[in-house]
Amino acid sequence: MAYITAMMTYIAYLAFKKSQVGIAATTITITGFIAQTAAIILRWSEFAELSGMGFLRSAPMTNLYESLVFFVWCLIAGYLIIEFKFKNRSFGAFITPVAGLALAFIDLTGISKEIQPLVPALKSNWLLAHVTMSFIAYAAFSMSFSTGLMYLILSTGKRNELSYIFWTLTFGIFFIVLASMGLDLLTFKVMVKPDIFIKSYLFKTSFLNPSAVVKILSWGLAFITLFIVWRYGHVLRTVIEKFDLNADMLDEITYKSIAFGFPIFTLGGLVFGAIWADQAWGVYWSWDPKETWSLITWFIYAFYLHGRMVRGWKGKKVAVVSVVGFMAVMFTYLGVNLLLSGLHSYGSQ
Amino acid sequence: MEQEKKKSLIDNIWDFLASVKLAIVIFALISLTSIIGTILEQRAEPAKNMQILSKLFGESLAPSLYNISEKFGFMDMYHSWWFTALLIIFSVNIIICSLERLPRIWKLIKEPISPMSEESIKKLILNREIILKGKPDNNKALLADAIKSARFSCQEVQEGDGYQFFSRKGTYSRLGVYITHFSILVILAGAIIGIRFGFKGYLNLPEGAVSNAAFSGMNKEIPLGFDIRCDNFDVEFYGMSDMPKEYRSWLTIIKNGREVLQKSIAVNDPLTYEGITFYQSSYGMVPDSIGRGIFVFRLISNDGKTSNTNLRFGESFQIPGTSVSGKILDFSPALKVDEHGHAFTYSDHMNNPAVFIEFSGAGKNTFSGWLLRRQPNTWQLPDGHRVEFIDYWGGEFTGLQVRKDPGVWIVYLGCIAMSIGLFIALFMSHRKIWIKAVEDKNNTRVLVGAITNKNRAAFERKIDAIISILRKKQEGVK
Ligand code: HEM
Repeated sequence: MAYITAMMTYIAYLAFKKSQVGIAATTITITGFIAQTAAIILRWSEFAELSGMGFLRSAPMTNLYESLVFFVWCLIAGYLIIEFKFKNRSFGAFITPVAGLALAFIDLTGISKEIQPLVPALKSNWLLAHVTMSFIAYAAFSMSFSTGLMYLILSTGKRNELSYIFWTLTFGIFFIVLASMGLDLLTFKVMVKPDIFIKSYLFKTSFLNPSAVVKILSWGLAFITLFIVWRYGHVLRTVIEKFDLNADMLDEITYKSIAFGFPIFTLGGLVFGAIWADQAWGVYWSWDPKETWSLITWFIYAFYLHGRMVRGWKGKKVAVVSVVGFMAVMFTYLGVNLLLSGLHSYGSQ
Repeated sequence: MEQEKKKSLIDNIWDFLASVKLAIVIFALISLTSIIGTILEQRAEPAKNMQILSKLFGESLAPSLYNISEKFGFMDMYHSWWFTALLIIFSVNIIICSLERLPRIWKLIKEPISPMSEESIKKLILNREIILKGKPDNNKALLADAIKSARFSCQEVQEGDGYQFFSRKGTYSRLGVYITHFSILVILAGAIIGIRFGFKGYLNLPEGAVSNAAFSGMNKEIPLGFDIRCDNFDVEFYGMSDMPKEYRSWLTIIKNGREVLQKSIAVNDPLTYEGITFYQSSYGMVPDSIGRGIFVFRLISNDGKTSNTNLRFGESFQIPGTSVSGKILDFSPALKVDEHGHAFTYSDHMNNPAVFIEFSGAGKNTFSGWLLRRQPNTWQLPDGHRVEFIDYWGGEFTGLQVRKDPGVWIVYLGCIAMSIGLFIALFMSHRKIWIKAVEDKNNTRVLVGAITNKNRAAFERKIDAIISILRKKQEGVK
């Protein structure tokens, strides 16, 4: 099921790029979306039967695999809404690949797709509401990330401009991390060592390789990539300019996505999370890394909302904040599990 | 002179404390410092953070970095003086900012909307003009309908050369922001009340034991004001695995010698009495529990006679109606048999409790072996008798998190207020609209002007919808 949707989104992407067969692309995206919806519901009822916990409790949202799938679902839903509202399809060329990539990532990593039994702490309606709403907000935030980034690409020109350096760096690092993780996965698949957890394998093929040569080589490559992105960033700009996207519209979508995601994140991510922690552990706030990172994310988006009110912060500066905000989201979601440890062990497999 | 200067200094401080810029700086500061707080482990043993630091910065830098961090309280930063100060400035910022703006906003809300002149309508950000056939009075119903279709309820005034509709919507949505900001103060107040008047502790209570106190981090006793007893504790596993599905404690509250409350608790399902809440958090074996625990067996002879028995380690029992007797010789909380048939204990949790019983008596075929509680097939003896291993009671303790937090409801109240406030502030807008009809050479010139504090594009679409309704109607008339 993940395959089908991924492929469809890719085809959609290609269709967008080659000729403006927009209607076909939209249809494909919608078809993929419906297929995914059906698959999610199927899995849901399967789990409901298996666990005998009642329908609502067994929502497919309990591990990394399911939550990623749900995230993709939200993202596509959000995109379809935007396409509908702004009557602009070119934007899809940037969103559908993200969705496709996320699904491919799930497939490649071989994140356990098994329907797993739940440890007692995870059996809570609050948790369910918490995770669901968090992911809706994450999808909104990732929307604002891509529009914010595009805004920066569009509106910066000089190579020594700070915001230009910022976006090329972000873009480059993004690319490098994805590439090296891809490498990890490939070698991991080839060597198939089921006893080693993939988590401990991260970056072993490149930056943390035991061999010094490979290590130096990967760092060198990384810097060269960064330099290339920085040097030729304007190419991307002309590409974006070809699609009829203008900066004001991007700025507006960025703001709208954040304004939509922020209250949902507040209620679902922070408040429901706190209530769940209170029920399960007897503390509504314990400053554990995951909670703290959610708070950091929240503050960054509050920073964005208020930043727009201070004169001179329109445009580029707040776009930078929206990009930083999404980096915090990703760190909250993946980084804390992979790099830091804490109470929240869920979703770490 | 002198006084003016002083006043302006205070003014400056006031303006500084009321500014959104300060708010932004505080957001950034809290975020950045919190990042450090998630890297260093809070309230951990020094060695642990030393290790983290040397991993990140190398062995040589770690000790001096550690000392610096220690000095600035980064090892327990969320309770340090400067983090507290940051939160205080944050609160003051919100209060003063609101004091500064709220009166103005309030005036704006209270001020009634009034009709406008043609020139001022034309100056509004959103404005449209359209000519309708016929005199203004003949077009009145049409205009009223169009406005109603956009869900505005309008006031109306008659003017010299026509009339004017005007209306506003979502006026009180202006307060959403202030609800949000105020709720932050409420949440902080609730948190302070919780810290000041509440406590956090734990209590490891063995089955059958009674306690009148909980313990805080430093093993300090916190009296509860009543007694709590653990009647039973049990873990349910997924199938034959060691993955717990649910664990449950049966608790009784005893006040002045009387049992006042009985409840079983599980993770996500706590018990509250007199403001103190008991959460199921962990479990384990009581150290050296061998003499303490009680084995509960149901004995069934091969001709169906049944009896229940409770025994301690080393004691013997007899199968009812026979002369077969068994003696408990060994116990393992988690028994596993390795490939050589050698039995061993693989966990110090009671994941797979087993007793070793030696039987002796009438028949020749005496038997001795392990009976496992989770495997009923081991309960059947060779000569047809059956010893059901029901429970090993008293060997486990239930790990309870104990908390009293009188501020928690204030925090939740603040959370609810914040959510409502945010939804109002970000999803609703304050919109005003004026529609003026003027006679113009026997036709009607309609001027539409509007302002909104948010989401202009959506409002613009709405106004264009009104205009297009008017156009369509007009064509119908033709
Ligand atoms: C983390 C805490 C805070 C949150 C969640 C928050 C939330 C918000 C939100 C959602 C808005 C509406 C933004 C928009 O319409 O785009 C807003 C507006 C505003 N906030 Fe905050 N805020 C916080 C802290 C502060 C602080 C400390 C100040 C201190 C100066 C402040 C000053 C303002 C001002 C002046 C406005 C504009 C009010 C208006 O439009 O009339 N906020 N805030």
